[in-house]
Amino acid sequence: MSGQPSIRDTFFEECEELLEALVEGLADMEDPDHSKETVNAVFRAVHSIKGGAGAFGLDELVHFAHTFETVMDKVRSDTLDVDPELLRLFQRSGDQLADLVEAARDDRDPNRDIQVVVLAELQKYLGDEDEEEEIEFDAMGLDFGGPLDLTDISDDSSEPSSQMISIRFVPKRSLFENGHEPLLLFDAIAELGTLTVSADISAVPDFDEFDSDEPHIVWELTLETDESETVLHEVFEFVDSLCDITITVHRNESASEPPPAVVDLGLPEEPVAPEPSSDPTAAEPLAKPVAVASPSSPSSAASAAAPAADRDHRGPKPTLRVDLDRVDRLINTVGELIINQAMIVQRIEELDLPSGANLTNELEAYKLLARDIQEGVMAIRAQPVKPLFQRMSRIVREASDATGKSARMVTVGDSTEVDKTVIERLADPLTHMVRNAVDHGLETPEKRIAAGKDEVGTIRMSAAHRSGSVFIEIGDDGAGLNRPRILETAINKGLVSPEADLTETEIDNLLFLPGFSTASEVSNLSGRGVGMDVVKNAVQALGGRVSITSTPGKGTTFTIVLPLTLAVMDGFVISVAQETMVIPIASILETVTPNARDLHRIGLNGEVLRVRGRYVPIVDVAHNLGLERNSDSNGNGVLLLVETEMQELNALRVEAIHDQRQVVIKSLESNYGRIPGVSAATILGDGKIALILDPEELVKLNSGDVAPMPIIANQEELHHAAHT
Amino acid sequence: MQPTPEASEGKTFKFVAFSAGSQSYCLEITQIREIRRWAAVTALPHTPSDVLGVMNLRGAVIPIFDLAARFGLGKTPDNERNVVIVAAAGGNTIGLLVESVSEILSVNTDTIQQTPDIKSEATRNSIQGVIAIDEEMIRVVNLDAVLGADAGIAA
Repeated sequence: MSGQPSIRDTFFEECEELLEALVEGLADMEDPDHSKETVNAVFRAVHSIKGGAGAFGLDELVHFAHTFETVMDKVRSDTLDVDPELLRLFQRSGDQLADLVEAARDDRDPNRDIQVVVLAELQKYLGDEDEEEEIEFDAMGLDFGGPLDLTDISDDSSEPSSQMISIRFVPKRSLFENGHEPLLLFDAIAELGTLTVSADISAVPDFDEFDSDEPHIVWELTLETDESETVLHEVFEFVDSLCDITITVHRNESASEPPPAVVDLGLPEEPVAPEPSSDPTAAEPLAKPVAVASPSSPSSAASAAAPAADRDHRGPKPTLRVDLDRVDRLINTVGELIINQAMIVQRIEELDLPSGANLTNELEAYKLLARDIQEGVMAIRAQPVKPLFQRMSRIVREASDATGKSARMVTVGDSTEVDKTVIERLADPLTHMVRNAVDHGLETPEKRIAAGKDEVGTIRMSAAHRSGSVFIEIGDDGAGLNRPRILETAINKGLVSPEADLTETEIDNLLFLPGFSTASEVSNLSGRGVGMDVVKNAVQALGGRVSITSTPGKGTTFTIVLPLTLAVMDGFVISVAQETMVIPIASILETVTPNARDLHRIGLNGEVLRVRGRYVPIVDVAHNLGLERNSDSNGNGVLLLVETEMQELNALRVEAIHDQRQVVIKSLESNYGRIPGVSAATILGDGKIALILDPEELVKLNSGDVAPMPIIANQEELHHAAHT
Repeated sequence: MQPTPEASEGKTFKFVAFSAGSQSYCLEITQIREIRRWAAVTALPHTPSDVLGVMNLRGAVIPIFDLAARFGLGKTPDNERNVVIVAAAGGNTIGLLVESVSEILSVNTDTIQQTPDIKSEATRNSIQGVIAIDEEMIRVVNLDAVLGADAGIAA
């Protein structure tokens, strides 16, 4: 009993992978030139889910998967053509299947409303053949389920339609000279059913007479299949004249025992001997294992061969499932290791050892090793965004169904790897944005046609690594943002004053204000009182930013920029008002030691820096953090040029830059809370804590920007808290 | 959670008694992770004056509060004997700067009296009860209430 839940867990984990393969396959099927293997992959996924579900008595899931699979099977056997309508039904069925799996996993009732509709539509394709589907399905399970699902095959072997085919395969010298490989042939045969391969090495001569160019091994193959003999001949078509093949068909016979002299060889070992190029000595090691291996049962060879063939086909990399907690513990410990390493370096420097001491070299090696370990550990957490994007394609479908718009989803760069936490925490904001894109972004089909666009709207999701950050874009080819209406709404809601003269970017950014919703009527899809401000907060919590670009008539694109990892970053160690702080290098364009003549005062407190003819506002970091800058130290300090998400240049004034190093990011929020202008903290080599600055927020603090900036609100809250 | 006089009848709990702003306070011992000597902290910008800054506790960044200032008793003066009580409250680990830690008390919950009905609501919230020992009144600190004002900021 105690083992039960864990097997169940494994099943659901597998289901996740299978559903992923299913979605992927269905997406590939949209391509009119999709290969037969794609259809097979989808079928296998559904079939395997059904098989597992049956074992756990999940009847509803089995029933649905069975219907789905049966329709799928018609496509596979070319009795049903895939048209866009059917493909949509398949995709919806995939969604329902995912729902059912989820419901079964969480032990709750699935949403049956849509499921019934989808099921009914699937049934339509089945028509009268419904009754015989059971048999038809089992038969199908033979040829493709074979290599995948061994339990299925043993069931099927008792089916009357199955037959045993013995093949005697005697390669000629020319077979190898023409570069043919028996293993590949056997793999192809293994596709057709359960294959048992054995090698008759009785003809292999003694070592001193051995001619490495001459094939000596005779192969006995036993195939259990329901395919006809002709299919087998197709396999051997290309080697017909290069070997002697004898094919014998036995109906309804159990597997004949291999002749006693015949030796059972696992397929992977096979290429060793008859390879024309192989060294003659290869025959020696071959002979021994052969003699020992003779008693082993042929079925073991078959089972070893079958999954191997299957793996080659689908080609996923082998993976290891690890509890996330363990990985996180490891990451934390490695973070400590990095800090500890920095401390040791610092302590040793304090010892003031003679230069060129061996210790320095070792220390450098230690540092590199620690880095390697850290990067390796971080890579464990990195995962492709593909599953996330796949979830979004479902959202697009659901959203377009709900709004009566037609939309297709295009993804780019879905193999881009991002930290797992980021992926998890992006799911909700992305869902929201994708829904918005369909609901508010895309026009109705009529309007699209009127505007001379394709009736079907496109939602484009892309992910890419660029300069130490992850860029995720969600774009639509809709009408673009309706800026006058956004402004009007904002004014009506009292978010901006009617006199305000806002630039286009500023108007676009009004969307991120809390309590803003453009939809004049609340649809049941978006507009549940949750606005883009939630999206913005979620992204900011991950250390990222969101920005909008929109062209009227062409569409809108939201760009999310996220740090590559949540745990380490490269930073400048700087000093601000005698405090040591860190600023992310990624945000710095250049550093400037200013000449007095490049500095100009403007207005009451404003100061600008002239850089190549441009005037850039100076942001005094100490002042904006509420610290007193040491006026007599280092004159004008050092200026760091940063670019905000609005592509505005700003110069941050700090006292000095001391060092450049990789720092481990420690959250301040977990134990304290958010501090304006500070994104996190880190621990320096001496064990002291340094704050990590957020240049973007510092610039905003400086400009004392529009009141709705959440940062300002936070600050007020802080001060408020201080007074209560 | 801390024991309340009603909830656990006649049970004995251990409290750590300390002084802050020249007043006697105590915390239940299970809330306390460790007691450290005072060491320089990294100041945080834009924080109230009772938030001294953050310190490195074996790789974790924890905020340090001046308990006396938090209770409106003025800043704790610099002193060699000042200590930081590292305590855990609602998943957060924090440090409290106090003047000194005096002793560990074994207190029967029956002897904890309710906080006298004084005017200041803030005070009533942050003091969970009082214990009378000899001539002295020791205040039981409600850690959650003490943190409450700031914890809300973490959005």
